[in-house]
Amino acid sequence: MREMLRAAYVIARRDFTAVVLSRTFILFLLGPLLPILIGMALGGLGERIATTDLRPVVGVAMNAADAARMERAHARLTERVGAQSLPRLQRVPLSPAPEMLLARPGSGVAAIVSGSPQHPVLTGKPGDIDKLEGDISLIASAALAEKALHMVRVERKEVAKSLGAQAQGQLAIGRIAQIVIFFLTILLAGMILSNLVEEKTNKIIEILAAAVPIDAIFLGKLMAMLAMSFVGILFWGCTAFAVFAALKAPGVSLPVPAVGWPVFLLLGTLYFAMAYTLLGSLFLGIGAQASTVREVQTLNMPVTIGQMLIFFFATYAVDHMGSPPEVAAAVFPFSSPFAMLARAAQDARLWPHLLAIVWQAAWVALIIRVGVLLFRRHVLKSGGGWWKQLFRSATG
Amino acid sequence: MIGDTPAPAPAYAVEGHGLVKTFGSFRAVDGIDIAVPAGAIYGVLGPNGAGKTTLLRTLLGIVDPDEGHRSLLGDPVPLRQARAIGYLPEERGLYPSMKAFEAIAFMGALRGLPLRVGRERARTMLEGHGMGASAEKPIRQLSKGMAQTVQLFGTIVHEPRLIVLDEPFSGLDAINQEKLEALIREQARKGVTVLFSTHVIAHAERLCERIAIVAGGRIRFEGSVSEARDRLRPQVRLRTRSSDGAWRRALPEDTVAQEGAWHFALPEGGIEPLLRALLDGQAGIESLSIERPGLHDAFVAIAGAAAARQMEEQQAGEQGA
Repeated sequence: MREMLRAAYVIARRDFTAVVLSRTFILFLLGPLLPILIGMALGGLGERIATTDLRPVVGVAMNAADAARMERAHARLTERVGAQSLPRLQRVPLSPAPEMLLARPGSGVAAIVSGSPQHPVLTGKPGDIDKLEGDISLIASAALAEKALHMVRVERKEVAKSLGAQAQGQLAIGRIAQIVIFFLTILLAGMILSNLVEEKTNKIIEILAAAVPIDAIFLGKLMAMLAMSFVGILFWGCTAFAVFAALKAPGVSLPVPAVGWPVFLLLGTLYFAMAYTLLGSLFLGIGAQASTVREVQTLNMPVTIGQMLIFFFATYAVDHMGSPPEVAAAVFPFSSPFAMLARAAQDARLWPHLLAIVWQAAWVALIIRVGVLLFRRHVLKSGGGWWKQLFRSATG
Repeated sequence: MIGDTPAPAPAYAVEGHGLVKTFGSFRAVDGIDIAVPAGAIYGVLGPNGAGKTTLLRTLLGIVDPDEGHRSLLGDPVPLRQARAIGYLPEERGLYPSMKAFEAIAFMGALRGLPLRVGRERARTMLEGHGMGASAEKPIRQLSKGMAQTVQLFGTIVHEPRLIVLDEPFSGLDAINQEKLEALIREQARKGVTVLFSTHVIAHAERLCERIAIVAGGRIRFEGSVSEARDRLRPQVRLRTRSSDGAWRRALPEDTVAQEGAWHFALPEGGIEPLLRALLDGQAGIESLSIERPGLHDAFVAIAGAAAARQMEEQQAGEQGA
């Protein structure tokens, strides 16, 4: 075992330095920041779009006094429920009739309310009427009540702790953490698919296979790619933290996950490593069968779809703590890291994590062994009985 | 632990018994028995497709045999002796972006040599070979011959007790072939066992103490070069002034007239009775030579003329390339 780890370390060190000391690694580090910048730009644009007044406009075809009552009522209601909650009002002439006015080009109103606050008549397309009927009724009612309608002030009683809010916050943390490690895994583990192609193309695999156990080659490659991913994550994490620290509004506090932030971050790191090595070992095993980059590219799509399915499974489970699907997601090795991280956000018990990590590590070992077996059989044209190969020692 | 405890040196560095390796219905190695004495230079000789590479890969544990068993340096699990073995595969392979000295050190590190020691040795080896200036260059910037030399150094940098070379002369020019021969002899002088495969009879004849002639996945001959040559009787080349006479009856039945001379295998009774007949019959002996057959002749006799022709064509093709 010690010899296998030593050999794996030699392979890992070579791969790690080859990747990290290459020029393309700079692109790798900067690449993910580009979508973030684009996202921020689009976010700003989205915000501008959101703040643009897109509320429907309702024409008010009433006499001046009634129209003014409607406008005052609208202003009072807006004060309490927010401007976005109600349609805008705009006075329109009493003639021609609303249906004719709406038919005119450039009328600028979605519907017209005529009559009086006691008997408002809403003219418009059925869909618009459906949407606006309740709002107009509310405004008209407020207009009728006018002075009699008192806006009741709500007394504020603040508490430091709300278990309901905390549970919701923890659920949110669980979801966000799942999304983060999923995207990191999907971004980074995919590269492993093509990892052995270099060795096969350059005929180095023969030298490696003669010198070290194939298990060590697989493990070394996984270790190297995981270490490289951590370098990337550290870089992106620091960048994100700097941006967050720069943009953070004063007084904003994050909800605390059930296990506390330090343990949660540790578990997040461990579960990312497990998710990465689980998928990575699978990808390595699949990719090792491919002999060209083209074959690897062909494998990319089904593999990504598989990842998405696992993610949706784990995401579904996060809302149903303790339910059979959640337990299944925690047990199924590929969804287990995602499900367990979400669990860490919502459940303070630590022993299930220890169990889960051991379970996931066992699967990594099994998947590597199966990958090695397939590699020996189909690439090196070696091997014997499946079971004998599966359980024989790495050096034997 | 692999290779940590020096085991007493076995009499045979490499042993294989009843080895069979099939790919589908093709038996690449068909019941081979082989024993390479420790400290010997041992050649596996045969044309392309004879099963040489598969035999070496099977012995090294890269592939498992379907039948039979093997042992390297007395260990039935070749990987356990990885630190004491150096292997140069037929298909040369190096990481193109790696620097020459790093590539050598990396290959040593794979077999347990500390990287720092490997780097030092790599620089010394490259400088000793006149390649000091290339030590820092990436492999992709080296010529094919230089890259092969780098790989060869990577094979021996960890000072193995057994070196296995698959077609090591392939692709090398005459000067580098000579250097490689010198290097193999130097390793053998140090007590290292060298097992190599080749399709060039001359290399085997010059270097090997023992050879195995492989054809069709089987060993057709195993023994010393001398024993192989002894398989054939010495060849007699006779040139006479007279072209016919009673003395012709004294020539053996297998005599062939070629380029104005008579060629035949030395008769079992020796040369004296023939000489007497030639003198009595006044054949007029111009010249008479008795030559011991070369390994090439022995190879033709053992593996067959077709296999020998194939090897010659392969060699000619390489020289042409």
